[in-house]
Amino acid sequence: MPDDKMTKLEALAREAVDAVKPGVEVAEGVQRADVDAVNRKEERSLYQRRARIHPKRAYGTFRQLKWLIMVMTLGVYYVTPWLRWDRGTGPDQAVLLDLPNRKFYFFFVEIWPQEIYLLTGILIISALALFLFTSLFGRVWCGYSCPQTVWTDLFIAVERYIEGDRNARIRLDKTPWNFSKLSKKFSKHSVWLIISVMTGGAWVFYFRDAPTLLVELATFQAPMAALLFIGIFAFTTYALGGLMREQVCIYMCPWPRIQGAMFDEDSLLVTYRDQRGEPRAAHKKGESWENRGDCIRCRQCVVVCPMGIDIRDGPQLECIHCALCIDACNAVMAKIGRPPNLIGYETFRNLEASKAGDYAPVRFFRPRVIVYGVLIGALSLLMVYALLSRDTLTLSILRDRNPLFVTLSDGTVRNGYTLKIINRAHETRSFRVSITGVSSSKLAIVGEREAIVQVSADDIRSAKVFVSGPPPADGKQSMTITVTDMKDQRTVGEATTFRGPEK
Amino acid sequence: MATTERDEISGQETTGHEWDGIKELDSPLPRWWLMVMYACIVWGVGYWVLYPAWPHMSGYTKGVFGYSSRAEVAADIGAANDARKVFADRIASADLETIRQDPKLMEFALAGGKSAYGDNCAGCHGSAAQGGKGYPNLSDDDWLWGGSLEVIQQTIRYGIRSGHDETRDSEMPAFGRDEVLSKEQIDQVAEFVLSLSGQAKDAAAAQQGAPIYAEQCVDCHGEKGQGSREFGAPNLADAIWLFGRDGDSIRAIVTNSRKGVMPHWQGRLPETTIKQLAIYIHALGGGE
Repeated sequence: MPDDKMTKLEALAREAVDAVKPGVEVAEGVQRADVDAVNRKEERSLYQRRARIHPKRAYGTFRQLKWLIMVMTLGVYYVTPWLRWDRGTGPDQAVLLDLPNRKFYFFFVEIWPQEIYLLTGILIISALALFLFTSLFGRVWCGYSCPQTVWTDLFIAVERYIEGDRNARIRLDKTPWNFSKLSKKFSKHSVWLIISVMTGGAWVFYFRDAPTLLVELATFQAPMAALLFIGIFAFTTYALGGLMREQVCIYMCPWPRIQGAMFDEDSLLVTYRDQRGEPRAAHKKGESWENRGDCIRCRQCVVVCPMGIDIRDGPQLECIHCALCIDACNAVMAKIGRPPNLIGYETFRNLEASKAGDYAPVRFFRPRVIVYGVLIGALSLLMVYALLSRDTLTLSILRDRNPLFVTLSDGTVRNGYTLKIINRAHETRSFRVSITGVSSSKLAIVGEREAIVQVSADDIRSAKVFVSGPPPADGKQSMTITVTDMKDQRTVGEATTFRGPEK
Repeated sequence: MATTERDEISGQETTGHEWDGIKELDSPLPRWWLMVMYACIVWGVGYWVLYPAWPHMSGYTKGVFGYSSRAEVAADIGAANDARKVFADRIASADLETIRQDPKLMEFALAGGKSAYGDNCAGCHGSAAQGGKGYPNLSDDDWLWGGSLEVIQQTIRYGIRSGHDETRDSEMPAFGRDEVLSKEQIDQVAEFVLSLSGQAKDAAAAQQGAPIYAEQCVDCHGEKGQGSREFGAPNLADAIWLFGRDGDSIRAIVTNSRKGVMPHWQGRLPETTIKQLAIYIHALGGGE
């Protein structure tokens, strides 16, 4: 295809510019890596065959940070379902999404279906926090804490432990199949599968009492749904983290596209400082650093990149801002005695300013940051208020609309109401129902002798209430139905109307 | 489009489409994505073979699995009926009062009754049992034949003037049409009936109607117009009027007579459903 030829030609031309073969010592003690940025734009063709990326192990601050975050996030994920929380009655699991009983437990918070807005609030706050961090520090979510990144990192670590680092892995892939290769590949995929099954396994513990479910799983008595979800999550973890890796971020995830709209010229992004790096060229021992850039074309930034791009090509959709190229470059800079951070977290504004020999400090307090911050603060306050002001008693009233009223033989009218009383107290309570606003009226609860409704612990009960009285003068009249907890005399009232024939 | 254009910045070919200076790039698809499409096609072909797919002249291809959504629905209904059977059996064997005392059975009976009411009764008595002219309201406290559980059940079972051997039956004479009373007498008795509920405008006429009422009407409707459940004779002294409360309506009935008909449901609905209906009607607000 002509496309292929063009891209090949362009790639060749680029190589010619690069001029030197791989493996050459580009500065004292620094070898040029044998690597191509496979996802560089010129390398693509129609129906592109995927080129395998073998990222090299990086060493440095950001790698350390990433290990730490990996341990923390995986730790939280695997440990949380095992935390216990004594509630007196009900399940003692700290975090439990009890779908059959439609109740979510988060430590001291208990969410009922009527309070699903609390969950919505958490999701909105999370989204806004993501916007805030993205406008401040770029794709830190993608680079450090996205499950795709964390599990891929874990799977690459396993791969490295079994098959060796980059060069050993490339060699292994090139060698014909033999026992050693087979056993390495077999152990790698086995470990991956074990991790995947454990990932799915941890997931289902959030939905059922973890110790009970573990025993059920061990004795083959677990419910089908648990097995199904372990299967689904094992498959997706294995496929996305082990096999698909960067393809997920580049082709499947919508987030990179959205994030493009959230950076601005003041966002701190992983950036190659071309002002300082160019013109790039190999450096011989003793040569002057005058009239040339600090980039020595060692391609260490490319060799560690899990996304297969060259950060020196500028900001790219594929870049997840994992900062491993910063670590790789800093190691090289230290070796050749140049200042670090040729690649580093940098704003567009300062990048432009430095071209004019200027310096633009990072502006953290920008309108969008302030707006996101204020929104997060306001929503958090609202959530805390909603959480603290929650009562153990809730009443909602549904007025009968069909029929609006019933005329009785003595000329009075009767209206029907459905009361829903939620008792969140961990004990059975009795509630007295009373009305105000309609004179000489009678109140009756279907199925009860007195105007008292008993609701069991942590339960919701609906009661049908009939109110009868003389027809209101204008066809309708406001009234209030009040429910009083007979134990602590707390009351909740709700306004409604009493209707009769319109004159 | 013989020649392809190449975008300068990305180095990518364009599709040749342009909107307000923005060109669409012809970015390559990853090959695995193409493979997924082929895999979907293979999956689709497999689906044709395994599941019902293609129509032909006299039906459709049944597929290797022999799946049928109709059979699945039938199985679901069967399973639901089995699940209900426990309650349905208890309802069948228990008497009405026992059912009312058991919250679980009561809940089941009310749900079943509501559904059966919607299918069979709402056509005449209204979606909320509010009734209409000539069709009694079932949620108020006024009953032609009685409002206790047993009586309601009997009415549903045998109907009213339904032709069933056990049916409730009665008939009011057509005093005007059969020339028992003159037009003037009818006016007077109608005025008297209105006076029973305090609506009379012509006291003299009402007084003249009193002896006519005592002679012709009192046997069924009672001395004070309180009606009689034995004959299904309406209460004439309360605020509820089946055929209208004004003088014209009353005169029309006295002249020509009127009567409602309700079919018998024995034999059409299972006995358990009739029980559920009786409990449902009784719980609408007017049950005695």
